Amino acid sequence: MFYRENGQFKSSYRQDEALLPILQDRIFMLALLAFAVVGVPFLASDYLFLSIINPFLIMALAALGLNLLVGYCGQISIGHAAFMSVGAYAAYNLMLRVPNLNFLVALVLAGLIAAAVGILFGMPSLRIKGLYLAVATLAAQFFIDWLFARVKWFTGYESSGSVSTPVLSLFGWPLDSPARKYLFLLAVVAVFTLLAKNLVRGHIGRAWMAIRDMDVAAEVIGIRPVYAKLTAFAVSSFYVGVAGALWGFVYLGSWEPLAFNITVSLNLLFMIIIGGMGSILGSFFGALFIVALPIVLDRVPAWLGAPLSTATASHLASMIFGALIVFFLIVEPHGLARLWAIGKEKLRLWPFPH
Amino acid sequence: MNPAAKSGLLAACVGTAATMILVTASAPVLAQAKEQFFPELVYRTGPYAPNGVPFANGYSDYLKLLDARDGGINGVKIAFEECETGYATDRGVECYERLKGKGTTGATVFQPLSTGITFALTPKAPRDKIPLITAGYGRADSVDGSVFTWNFPLGGTYWDAADILVQHVGKKEGGQAKLKGKKIALVYHDSPYGKEPIPLLQKRAAMLGFDLLLLPVTHPGVEQSATWLQIRQQRPDYVFLWGWGVMNSTAIKQAVATGYPLEQMYGVWWSGAEPDVLPAGQDAKNYNALVFLAPAGKGKVHEDIIKYVYDKGQGSGKKEDVGEVLYNRGMVSAMLATEGVRRAQQKYGKKPLTGEQVRWGLEHLSINEAAIKKLGFEGFMEPIHTSCADHEGAHSARIETWDGTKWNVTSGVYESDLSVIRPIIAESAAKYAAENKITARDCSEEK
Repeated sequence: MFYRENGQFKSSYRQDEALLPILQDRIFMLALLAFAVVGVPFLASDYLFLSIINPFLIMALAALGLNLLVGYCGQISIGHAAFMSVGAYAAYNLMLRVPNLNFLVALVLAGLIAAAVGILFGMPSLRIKGLYLAVATLAAQFFIDWLFARVKWFTGYESSGSVSTPVLSLFGWPLDSPARKYLFLLAVVAVFTLLAKNLVRGHIGRAWMAIRDMDVAAEVIGIRPVYAKLTAFAVSSFYVGVAGALWGFVYLGSWEPLAFNITVSLNLLFMIIIGGMGSILGSFFGALFIVALPIVLDRVPAWLGAPLSTATASHLASMIFGALIVFFLIVEPHGLARLWAIGKEKLRLWPFPH
Repeated sequence: MNPAAKSGLLAACVGTAATMILVTASAPVLAQAKEQFFPELVYRTGPYAPNGVPFANGYSDYLKLLDARDGGINGVKIAFEECETGYATDRGVECYERLKGKGTTGATVFQPLSTGITFALTPKAPRDKIPLITAGYGRADSVDGSVFTWNFPLGGTYWDAADILVQHVGKKEGGQAKLKGKKIALVYHDSPYGKEPIPLLQKRAAMLGFDLLLLPVTHPGVEQSATWLQIRQQRPDYVFLWGWGVMNSTAIKQAVATGYPLEQMYGVWWSGAEPDVLPAGQDAKNYNALVFLAPAGKGKVHEDIIKYVYDKGQGSGKKEDVGEVLYNRGMVSAMLATEGVRRAQQKYGKKPLTGEQVRWGLEHLSINEAAIKKLGFEGFMEPIHTSCADHEGAHSARIETWDGTKWNVTSGVYESDLSVIRPIIAESAAKYAAENKITARDCSEEK
């Protein structure tokens, strides 16, 4: 009843190719964006911005990048935190060494550098697949971790190996308050999401999906695996590199190589598995699940007034978090995005299911 | 799973998510009016818990003692809340954001007990106007209060620690000149914490002519066989250990297994507590470490803690563990914070103070022998006098040795050589100020 597309006819190719062909979807998306831009800055507290919403947005961008590679092109990578760190250190060095560089320019350049590194480490994907490729990307993780920990040039000869960034400003508009940071992140994430959505609908995205579903068949119908796989690595690393630069500059402000270790890579993988592989929306659900849930669980005992010790509460939170991951994967192996799709289907039929 | 159940699940998901976000947004402020709020970043879980737990217990117990015995600080009640960081930087930052606005006047002071978290909080503290006490850790260059207005590495930094260790081994050799041609290995935690002493040791190596061997150990530090293989091959004359958590006990066990003489092995003050040596037991005999302000043992303040806190069933840990090295350090750290508040009360009045007011107190700390005695910390504290130019206040340490069952202090007091350290502090602080566009304060104008 709430979600019927009856009476909405497509009378031109343009309408048929629309990003959101159903009116309700368009209204919902516009309302959501309007709420995100106008409503959230008034409603959310600084804590909510700094600890949940901002990291969620950045991680959603990173998960989106990984999803393009794993979910759409079928190439597994467990080294994506390394590409995040490439983006972060590239942006740091650009800002440090190039005077008066605009952060947006540095952000794009950092993404391009990460893309170049991504192509380099994506080369093995031309010969090997599946778990073997996963191990090859693991090498990227360890190598890049080592590189930034050992080669002092990258960290500005800082004795501790930890780098810190000054307050950013964009066109004379300082990104100093949590709400401003949020609006900036929201803009970046919205633009990149729109790009990704269009990319996967276009010929590149179709080539990726063909490779994912069956590479031999894809080759037979004229898709070049070299081109498809390497573009997937490049675009994915670009996204992740941008996310890494944002993570360093906008969220952490000061970081060490450990901030992008293997745990982050695994978390990114969990995000897309729980959120939904091969789904743009799923990347957002997954990021929200992994970023926000542990924090929320950690705080539940305090809200309930339960006199638990810090250690017990922390152990309990980890246990419940783990159990929830298993639970969601059992009831819906296709991720939260699939649950969402089922929900929309229900709303369409309600209250008269056949 | 059938469709009905799935839609139920869906509804449940949406409902819970919405509730949780609402609840997070409107988390109640639990603190009562007229209280001085002390946030506590602790780690009671994870690979660093063996060291994090006693420190957190000592910290909480001292705050409880002040409330129970004196009714707070000059009558202002104390509130505190713990937040688990697991020694992870991102979780530490989350805890900081969670706790910074609590209490009547916001957070008094943060003590993250992690050099990584200290680095992350250093740019945030000036914006939120909350001081950071990093007693015995953190950025060594933050001694320079003109640049690092909000950082207080009270009692000593890693550069003092490294310098004192070099002085001690020099003395053992019969004069610093005898260190020429010797080989010293630094086995360090591969993080900002472990890397912090390197510039000082490199400078000392160039001055005194010893070889410095840098051996990093990756987090969490349970895998060290390659490190100790190198030590077996290179045979350094001394090993300095810059570890934390399970890395310490692993290193000592590995040293024993490698047959490295423990009397030539020296730990920084974070590598010299009971949880570090107990796993190796009797074999760890003769291992040495630095003492930071308070050695193990009990004094008057411990009697009070037993009487006012533990005998009333309010203790944070076990009664037997009161007086351990890290317990005492946590207690001293809490005392430094509360003394900062007490000093600030002299200027701003006996009421809950803001972080900015407490910062003034910390910059004008003056804890002399008489004050230490009055506080009940005799033998567990060195005098500390801070100023705008010196946010550290004390530069001395002693050496302790493990005899198989307990730690004994085995040396006199060493003072770090400020003529060596000061220039690197100035250089490093100036670099930080330039990179982060900070204008240094003029210390002659601060009162």
